[in-house]
Amino acid sequence: MRKTCLNMIYELAKQDERIVFVGSDLGPGLLDDMKTEMPERFYMEGVSEQNIIGMAAGLAMEGFIPYVNTIATFITRRCFEQVAVDLCLHDLPVRLIGNGGGLVYAPLGPTHLAVEDIGIMRTLPNMAIVSPSDAEEMKSFMRNSVEWPHPIYIRLGKGGDPVIFDDSRPFELGKASTLRDGGDVRIISSGIMSKHCMDAAKLLADRNISAGVVHMPTVKPVDVDAVLAASDGKLIVTVEEHFRTGGLGSAVADVLVDANRIPELGVLRLGIEDRFPTKYGSQDEQLEQYQLHPAGIAQQIEDALAQRSEDT
Amino acid sequence: MSLIEIFRVLYDDVLKHRPDEPLWPDRDRCILSKGHGCLAIYVLLASHGYFPTQELRTFCRFPSFLGGHPERGKVPGVEASTGALGHGLSIGVGTALALRIQKRDSRVFVIMGDGEINEGSVWEAAMSAAKHDLSNLTAVIDYNKIQSYGRTSEVLELEPLLDKWRAFGFEARECDGHDVGALRDLLSNPLSESKPGLILAHTVKGKGIPFAENDPTWHHKSRLSPEQIETLYAALSEEG
Repeated sequence: MRKTCLNMIYELAKQDERIVFVGSDLGPGLLDDMKTEMPERFYMEGVSEQNIIGMAAGLAMEGFIPYVNTIATFITRRCFEQVAVDLCLHDLPVRLIGNGGGLVYAPLGPTHLAVEDIGIMRTLPNMAIVSPSDAEEMKSFMRNSVEWPHPIYIRLGKGGDPVIFDDSRPFELGKASTLRDGGDVRIISSGIMSKHCMDAAKLLADRNISAGVVHMPTVKPVDVDAVLAASDGKLIVTVEEHFRTGGLGSAVADVLVDANRIPELGVLRLGIEDRFPTKYGSQDEQLEQYQLHPAGIAQQIEDALAQRSEDT
Repeated sequence: MSLIEIFRVLYDDVLKHRPDEPLWPDRDRCILSKGHGCLAIYVLLASHGYFPTQELRTFCRFPSFLGGHPERGKVPGVEASTGALGHGLSIGVGTALALRIQKRDSRVFVIMGDGEINEGSVWEAAMSAAKHDLSNLTAVIDYNKIQSYGRTSEVLELEPLLDKWRAFGFEARECDGHDVGALRDLLSNPLSESKPGLILAHTVKGKGIPFAENDPTWHHKSRLSPEQIETLYAALSEEG
């Protein structure tokens, strides 16, 4: 997904002279072709995230469309004020590409995890948040990203993530897509979690629980119609590789509360508890720890259904 | 007050600008990074006809477009919304790069405060400006040597300040920031053909109001008694 995203910047830049790349201190050889062919539109500016954001703002004020890339947590936590003021207050078309969204950097510990990135970005007016499921969806999104007139935060997965995107339905910013139809349970997810949710839905089907899956790659602006449509089921479940606070689950809950459309058995928000992760290992190991792997998701849904049905 | 001559010289004698076309693509860009000094730029913009002078009387009032910090898109002639410190130089770097890509000969000026350069982001931007040899970028520091809590030498020592900017790759000069001739000499042309420029303008906080000069308690003062207002007018008349 990361490689596809960066390659797309180069491809788009060949067709559109407004596109520039701004990186921090990324891996050697990154976008070498772009650097060679269009050096005036390739910038690698060092470990200076605050400056990078301000610089991108300056470029955007003059009509350029900067694609900025560094590690997700540094592009959200480190330079929040620059993102808020320089990009969002000015409402500039800068794209922030965060490497290692969620638990990708599990072995590197909590300084490098991005499990509150979406919550941080959701607080900012004008900011859009996109969390694609795989490289194919990334490609479709990137083509659509150029003309979006506002800032966008793009959350990248680890790479090599299984492809679930159906290219007969091109990416549209702000629109969700139904991956699996209805039933009593409606699962809403984004990023790589949508694949896990599809697998969880199959496990649930084996237990005679029918679960639909809505993939919501745009967390902001949230697809209100898709959320409200999901409230027709008995239970809405949100699943995210993020703290339960402030992310997709909160976005969905906001819509349901504001519209007073809480499903019969309520909303189950699955995600990471409100504590800094203490373990290392791999992304998959961490997901399993938080019961965000397919079996864990299925089990939590089954338990909630049983519990809540008994309560009502 | 410490800023006024800097802006007077910029808008009267240095900047290429068109008040009736604030977004003229070939204009020079002037970014007030120390946004709290906005009254000085508002006065110059009004004086050049960017908006009617009487609007100045609405400053900071609820429906006014002239807030306590300047906002792009609200105030004609304001290039960037500033107020949170340490943002302007990075925006200036991006703007200067953009103008270079577009092959425009416009210049970029960024006006910073001395307290403002406590911010690490300023020094990130300084390294970036020097890396890119941004000779079309000129930074000016309003060096009145007083920040909110007190003297800069006591809060966070800045000296040796010219040497620091030179070490960061700037062509750095200093002058009396109230000497319009000296300012004009330094601002009229880029200080170097290959480096970004830095002008350390030695100024006096509250310049022209004897009882407020160099007094940190006037840094944020906004509520004035009728007697104080009268004394202010009297001081200005004496200056004449």
